[in-house]
Amino acid sequence: MGVSKEETARIAELARLSLDEAELARAQGDLSEIVSYVNKIADLNTDGVAPTVQPCTVSNAWREDVALPSLSREEALANAPDRQGEFLRVPSIIQGEGDGE
Amino acid sequence: MMQDYEVVVGIEVHVELATESKVFCGCRTAFGAEPNTQTCPVCLGMPGALPVLNRRALEYAIRTALALNCSIADRTKFDRKNYFYPDLPKGYQISQYDLPIGSNGYIYVDVEGEAKRIRIKRVHLEEETAKLMHAGDDIISATHSLLDFNRAGIPLVEIVSEADMRSADEARAYLSKLRSILLAMGVSDCKMEEGSMRCEANISVMPRGSKEFGTLVELKNIASFRAVHRAIQYEAARQIEVVSSGGAVARETRHWDDARGETAFMRGKEEAHDYRYFPDPDLGPIVIEKPWVDRIGDEMPELPDAKGERYMREWDLPKYDASQIADSRDLSEFFEKTCAIVGDGREVAKWILGEVLASLNATGIELSESKLTPELLAELIELVQTGKISGKIAKSVFEEVFNEGKRPGDIVRNRGLLQISDVGELVSIVEKVIDANPGPVADYHAGKTRALGFLVGQVMKETRGRANPQETNRILKEELDRRA
Amino acid sequence: MKLCDMTIHELAMLLKAGEATSMEITKSVLDRIDEVEELIGAYVTVTRDEALEQANAADERIAIARKRGDFSGISPLTGIPLALKDNVCTKGTRTTCSSRMLADFVPPYDATVVGRLRDLGAVIVGKTNMDEFAMGSSTENSAFHVTRNPWDLERVPGGSSGGSAAAVAAGEAIGALGTDTGGSIRQPASFCGLVGMKPTYGRVSRYGVVAFSSSLDQVGPMTKDVRDCAIMLAAISGRDMRDATSSPEPVPDYSSLLEGSVEGLTVGVPAEFLHSGLDSGIRELMDGAIRMLQEAGLEVAEVSLPHFEHAIAVYYLISSAEASSNLARIDGVRYGYRAPDASGVQELIRRSRSEAFGPEVKRRIMLGTHALSSKHYEEHYVKALKARTLLIEDMNQAFNKCDCMICPTCPTVAFKIGEKPDDPVAVYLMDIYTTIVNLTGVPAVSVPCGALGGLPVGAQLIGKAFDEGTLLRIAYSLEKACAISDRRAPVAAADGRRGK
Ligand SMILES: [Mg+2]
Ligand SMILES: [Zn+2]
Repeated sequence: MGVSKEETARIAELARLSLDEAELARAQGDLSEIVSYVNKIADLNTDGVAPTVQPCTVSNAWREDVALPSLSREEALANAPDRQGEFLRVPSIIQGEGDGE
Repeated sequence: MMQDYEVVVGIEVHVELATESKVFCGCRTAFGAEPNTQTCPVCLGMPGALPVLNRRALEYAIRTALALNCSIADRTKFDRKNYFYPDLPKGYQISQYDLPIGSNGYIYVDVEGEAKRIRIKRVHLEEETAKLMHAGDDIISATHSLLDFNRAGIPLVEIVSEADMRSADEARAYLSKLRSILLAMGVSDCKMEEGSMRCEANISVMPRGSKEFGTLVELKNIASFRAVHRAIQYEAARQIEVVSSGGAVARETRHWDDARGETAFMRGKEEAHDYRYFPDPDLGPIVIEKPWVDRIGDEMPELPDAKGERYMREWDLPKYDASQIADSRDLSEFFEKTCAIVGDGREVAKWILGEVLASLNATGIELSESKLTPELLAELIELVQTGKISGKIAKSVFEEVFNEGKRPGDIVRNRGLLQISDVGELVSIVEKVIDANPGPVADYHAGKTRALGFLVGQVMKETRGRANPQETNRILKEELDRRA
Repeated sequence: MKLCDMTIHELAMLLKAGEATSMEITKSVLDRIDEVEELIGAYVTVTRDEALEQANAADERIAIARKRGDFSGISPLTGIPLALKDNVCTKGTRTTCSSRMLADFVPPYDATVVGRLRDLGAVIVGKTNMDEFAMGSSTENSAFHVTRNPWDLERVPGGSSGGSAAAVAAGEAIGALGTDTGGSIRQPASFCGLVGMKPTYGRVSRYGVVAFSSSLDQVGPMTKDVRDCAIMLAAISGRDMRDATSSPEPVPDYSSLLEGSVEGLTVGVPAEFLHSGLDSGIRELMDGAIRMLQEAGLEVAEVSLPHFEHAIAVYYLISSAEASSNLARIDGVRYGYRAPDASGVQELIRRSRSEAFGPEVKRRIMLGTHALSSKHYEEHYVKALKARTLLIEDMNQAFNKCDCMICPTCPTVAFKIGEKPDDPVAVYLMDIYTTIVNLTGVPAVSVPCGALGGLPVGAQLIGKAFDEGTLLRIAYSLEKACAISDRRAPVAAADGRRGK
C-alpha cells in the first residue's frame, strides 16, 4: 500500500519540512516502502491487548513544589540565534502562517 | 429578528495555578520578573531536558475539579499535543487528551434570580506557553517578535463547559461564578489582565425552540469579562445576520478584536490542526488514589455557595446579600473577621455592601489595597451600637477611616462628634429650641404632629447632629406636653 | 603495553598503587588521539585542556587519599580518561548529536550521567562521533565525517555509538558512554570487539541525553572488558529525581557480583533468533559460545519469542513516532541552526529544519509523523504499542525458563564504508536481534566471542529486568572462556610500529 504524493506533502508540512519536487518524490518512495513494511503488524491479532507506552514504568514519579535556581538570562540566551536586549528574537508571525494553538 | 434565534455558548477557560514552581521544572512562577530570568533547560525545551510533574499542581487541578463537582479519574496520564509555534519551546505542549483529571461536573450560575446548572465537560492539567510580543507598534508593521520564557511551563488548568449557555449574560455570569470558585479554592489569582485567566468561546445560533445546534464558531483572544460579553453579542448578531439572510455560518475560528469591537476570520475547518496527540513517554502514569482525593476534599476551602448558605443561616442575611459577599473571597474574609469582633452579621453586611463597596467602586482599588481593616470597621459599628455616635455620624466618619486608616474613636473624639445622651444637657437644649420657635410649638399643640420633626431637626442643628435621636424625641415630647 | 591500551580496572590499580598518575594516563590517551585520530575520526570534539585539568585534580584527590590512608572517596573511575557520545549534554562543551542543527550548541548544563562521572573524578577526553541524532547503525549518517573501524579502516565501526566504540577500541579513551535505542551500543561494540551494555530501561538517568525515542533510549557503557563494564554501569546507575522514568531499584556493586558461580543458571536459546538465514560463520561462533557457557556450568534451554518477527516493524513505528515529536524542539528558534533571511517565523522553522537535518533524520521524522497523524494513529501507532505488549509477554514467558538468553548481536560483521544497502528497510533489518531488547526494556550486553576474517563478532546476552548483576556474571564467564579480551584492534596494536 503506497503513500500518495499529496499525503507525503501533507506529512512534510505537519513536520515542518519543505521538500522540493525531487525530495518529495524520494520521500514518497521511502515512506511507501517503509509503510508497506511496517504494515505487516496489521496481521497481528491484538484483540484485547492493552498498549504499552513504556516498559518497566514508574508511576507517580513527581516532585514537590519547591522553587529551584533558574539559569541566568545570559546562560538561557547564550545559544539564541538572534536577540534583542532581554528577549529572544524571531521574525514576525505572518498572517495565515498559523496561530498559537 | 434577534428574538427569533437562540444563542448557544460553550466556554473553554485556561487558568494559571498559583504554585511556587512551574509544572514540570523548578523555575519560579512569579509574575512580573525580569524577562527570561525564570527559565531552565526544561522550560526552554533544551535538548536532553526532561519534565517531572509538580505534585502540588496536580493537587490544585484535583481541587479545582472537585470544586466543579467533577468525577476524578483514578488513573490518568499526560499526552503531547504537537504543533509548531515559537512560543512553544518543545514543539509540543504537555497536556491531557483522553484521560482528563476531572470530568462530568457542573456549577450553578445565577440567571435572572434562578440558579441555572451549567455542565463542565472536563478539567485537565497542562503547561503554559512563553510570552510572544510584537517588536513594533502593532502586529501588521512589526517585522520581529520577542520572546520571554518566564511564563513557559507555568501550570494551567483547562476547564471546558458544555454548550449550556444561552446568552452573553449567561456566559459572563458563568465566568464570574467560575472565578469566584477558583479564588475561594486558592488555586489561582484569576487575573484576566495579567493573563492568568483566559477564555475562548464556542458560539452558534439556532431558531428559537430548535433542538439542533447551528454551525459552531470558535472565538479566541478574549481578554476580559467585558470582552466576553461584547464578543459573544457581536458574534451572535453576526451569525443571526448570516442565517436570516439565507446564508450559512462557516465552521471556523475567529479572533476578537477588542479595539474594533468585532470578530475576524482566523482559520477555517480545513486548516484545522492535526495535533498528533500521544502519551508522553517521559512521564509515567498517574494513579490518583481515593484516600488522597478524599483528603484534598476535606482540606478544601469552603465553596462560595456553601458559604452563602451559611451566612443566611448564621446571620439571617437575605439570599442576595449573602451570595454577594460569599462569592468574593476578599469580601467574605473581611466580613467574617469583622463579624468575629462585633457579632452582628446583618449590620456588618449592611456596611460592606453599602459604604465599603461604594468606596471601592469610587476609588477603583481592591479591598486589600485600602486602609480599611476589619478592626476599624468593627470599631465604627461598635460606636453606633453603644450609642456613642449616630448612624449618620458614622457614615460621615467612614470616608476618613477608609482613606486614611484612622481609628473611628479618635476621629469622633477629635472632631467632637460623640453623641449627646446626657439628659440634663439635652433638656437645656430642648428648652432653648422650644423658646426660640413659638410658631411650630403652637402648631404642635394645635395637633400638627409634623411640627415635632421640625423641632427635632432644630435640636440636631444645634448639636451638629450629635444629639441622641431617641432621647431627643422623648425629651422634646415630654417638654412640649408639659407646656401644653 | 601502553597505558592507553589498558583497562579501567588495571589502571585503577596502578593509580591506587602510585605506579601511574592520571596525568600520565591522560597524556597517553591524548598522544594516541594525536597519532590515530586522523585515521579513525572517533571524535567530534576533543577537550584536551579540560582533560588535563581534570587529570590534575584527580591526581590531587588520589594524593590526599594516600596521605590519609583512606581510599574510600576514590572510585575505580577516578582519574580515568573517558569519552562521551556527542548526544550527552556537557556544560560548556558543545553537544552536536553529529548534526548541522546543533553544530554550535553549547548546553548550559550537564547530563546526570556526566555529573556522576565528574563527581567520581573521571576525566572527560571528548565527545564522540555518531549517526545524526543516533539514527543509523554505521556512523556514516554523521553530518561531520565518517568514523573508521580500528580493526579495518575500510569498514564502519557500527552505530550509532560508532565514535565511542572506535575511540575505546583504538585506545583513544579507556572507556566510553554510548546510547542505545535499538542496538546503538551493542552493535558497534560487536563490530569493534568491545563489551557494550544497554541497561534495563529506567536503570540509568536519561536527563541531559538528547532524546531519540524516550521509551527506548538508555545510556550504557562501552568498555574493553566485562569488569570495566560493571564499574561504569555502577557509576551511572540509580534513581534521578530529574528523570521521571528512572527507577528507584537499588544499585548493587556489580563488580563484586562477577566472580560468583554460574552453576545451575540457565541460558535460553530463542529458536527464532538462530533462524536458517543466519550467516554460517556467525552461527558457528554462537554455537561455540553456547558450548562454552555449558562447560562453565550453565544449563541450556530452548525458548521461544513467537512475535519476534514483528519487532523491527514495531520498533520503527514507535521510535520514529517518538523521534518526530522529540525533534520538534529543534526548530531554529532558541538555539541551533537558523536559516537566514526567513520572512516569517513558520518559514524560519520549516527552512531551518529542511536545511540542517540529514536525510535519515528526515526519513524517520516523516515516518513518525505519518504514524501519529490522525488517519494512521490507530492502525500504526496504537497497534505497535499493543504489539509491544505481546513482545513483553513473550519475554516474560521465555524468562520463566531461563536466567538469560543468548543470540548474535548482529547478523553480520562490520561492513565496508559506503556499502550499506540503499534500501532503508534492508538497513533496518540489521537491527533484528537488538530492537526487541529495547522494546521490552530488559538489559542486554554484547560480549566479543570470536572473529570472522579478522573482524570481531559479538554474542548478545539478554537478561531479566534490573538483573544486570546476573547478566554481567554470565558475560564474565563467557569472556573468560573465550579468552579474547586481550586482543587489541590493529590500529592500537600497530602503535609501536608507527611510532613517532
Ligand atoms: Mg489547552
Ligand atoms: Zn524551568
